[in-house]
Amino acid sequence: MTAITQIRRNDQPIYLDYQATTPMDPRVLEVMMPYFTHKFGNPGSRSHAYGWEAEEAVEKARGQIAKLIGADEKEVIYTSGATESNNLAIRGVAEFYKDRKNHIITTVTEHKCVLDTCRHLEQQGFEVTYLPVQQNGLLDLDVLRAAITDKTVLVSVMAVNNEIGVIQPLAEIGKICRERKVFFHTDAAQAAGKIPLDVEAMNIDLMSISGHKIYGPKGIGALYVRRKPRVRLVAMIYGGGQERGFRSGTLPTPLCVGLGEACEIAMKEMGTEAKHLAKLQERMLKGLRAKLTDIVVNGDLEQRIPGNLNISFAYVEGESLMMGIKNLSVSSGSACTSASLEPSYVLRALGVEEEMAHTSLRIGLGRFTTEHEVDTAVDELVRHVTKLRAMSPLWEMAQEGIDLKSIEWAAH
Amino acid sequence: MAYSEKLIDHYENPRNIGSLDKNAEDVGTGLVGAPACGDVMKLQIKVGPDGLIEDAKFKTFGCGSAIASSSLVTEWVKGKTIDEAETIKNTDIARHLALPPVKIHCSVLAEDAIKAAIADYRAKAQKEEPKEAAE
Ligand SMILES: Cc1ncc(COP(=O)(O)O)c(C=O)c1O
Repeated sequence: MTAITQIRRNDQPIYLDYQATTPMDPRVLEVMMPYFTHKFGNPGSRSHAYGWEAEEAVEKARGQIAKLIGADEKEVIYTSGATESNNLAIRGVAEFYKDRKNHIITTVTEHKCVLDTCRHLEQQGFEVTYLPVQQNGLLDLDVLRAAITDKTVLVSVMAVNNEIGVIQPLAEIGKICRERKVFFHTDAAQAAGKIPLDVEAMNIDLMSISGHKIYGPKGIGALYVRRKPRVRLVAMIYGGGQERGFRSGTLPTPLCVGLGEACEIAMKEMGTEAKHLAKLQERMLKGLRAKLTDIVVNGDLEQRIPGNLNISFAYVEGESLMMGIKNLSVSSGSACTSASLEPSYVLRALGVEEEMAHTSLRIGLGRFTTEHEVDTAVDELVRHVTKLRAMSPLWEMAQEGIDLKSIEWAAH
Repeated sequence: MAYSEKLIDHYENPRNIGSLDKNAEDVGTGLVGAPACGDVMKLQIKVGPDGLIEDAKFKTFGCGSAIASSSLVTEWVKGKTIDEAETIKNTDIARHLALPPVKIHCSVLAEDAIKAAIADYRAKAQKEEPKEAAE
């Protein structure tokens, strides 16, 4: 690890939301800077040195991205982020092969940008199967096997879930897809740079990557598209034919360079970083469990990236807890801050009961999280959960031994 | 979301947290909401011999707005007759705390809680009367 530990100013809250986005690594910013100023050329300009210099930079970065996932650099195309990569992969494949096959398989816990793309395709007449997940958040491979038909063109399963951090069995899914001659796309926005990925070993045909989840810049991402056996796509953006025609538009050189550098750093430091995060994750959980009862970790704890904890603090509503822990920036597992007032669909898919889903927080640890920050977070969480439980009628009833399920609550 | 100072004050320094004896004759208890919906309020009133609410306590599972709404009504009902307390409107609570539109249901729940507590008190009082008449 490097000496960079303090990115946060002292007057800022402690950032514990690394699944939402990551700060840029200062080393990434450094390599990007010249491409904003004197190395400003258009990588598409073939007639002069400015263009050549920019082209060399985006191609070097493409190689860095490819290397992280065991791909060839010719198989990587730049996009604006994982949202666009997911759109392009799923719609692009669906539309290209629609005369032969019209069935897509995905899971209910995918990111909204995958689910929404699939909904759109359903409206266009495609058939989509949304597979359930098990209580631990993982896909049951037999359920996948049973869902594949000879009309299935694509299986899209995320590598790591953004809310609960669970890692899907990618190699096993890839093997099944290859055997059944179905393309396998994985949304690796939360996985790339965090866990080892190898498109060959895992039989992955398409993979989405996002810059801002791996200490790179926002507004850049990549899509891996396999060349052997070849995956064909219908382009979504028409224009100058950049990126082998898959994605027209002038490449944002500084962002490309930043994504490449972020990938290279992640690749070099993945091992040490994972150990660092596993220690912090354990410290956080031990600290909380030492002082609080009735807390539940949502999602498998073993098949999980170490930078994520999703915890239900029973009998305490998540939003009120977030209001108390002002010095911590975390995310609520219940989407109550939105107008919907619905708890998270991911937690619901795990079979987490609604009353428990309302009590959950997503805590994201990352490269710049320190032990001291974890200890402070534990103290604040313990203090506020204890305070809120003291004023919770549900906690009171539970202490009196009343079964909350025996009460007829009036739904409203 | 930016909350009003009054709301934050009630959240950080909630008034009248606690419980009264729910079996006591002079205590009315209202329990409203549902855990699955993310908010449950328990509001209790103790009515004195003079017909005035002499104490009120609450416990709430819910967001900051729900906690503040119930804290506020416990302050408002104290010293009132139950008929007066019954006239408290959710709109008054929402206005006082400047609740954002998505949080109006919290004030509705607080109004429901006070109404339920009053109903419980009245039901107990009524049960008592025929017993007294028989003596
Ligand atoms: C799993 C997953 N997929 C896709 C996205 C979207 O990525 P981007 O912000 O790069 O469009 C995110 C981030 O929000 C994510 O967590």
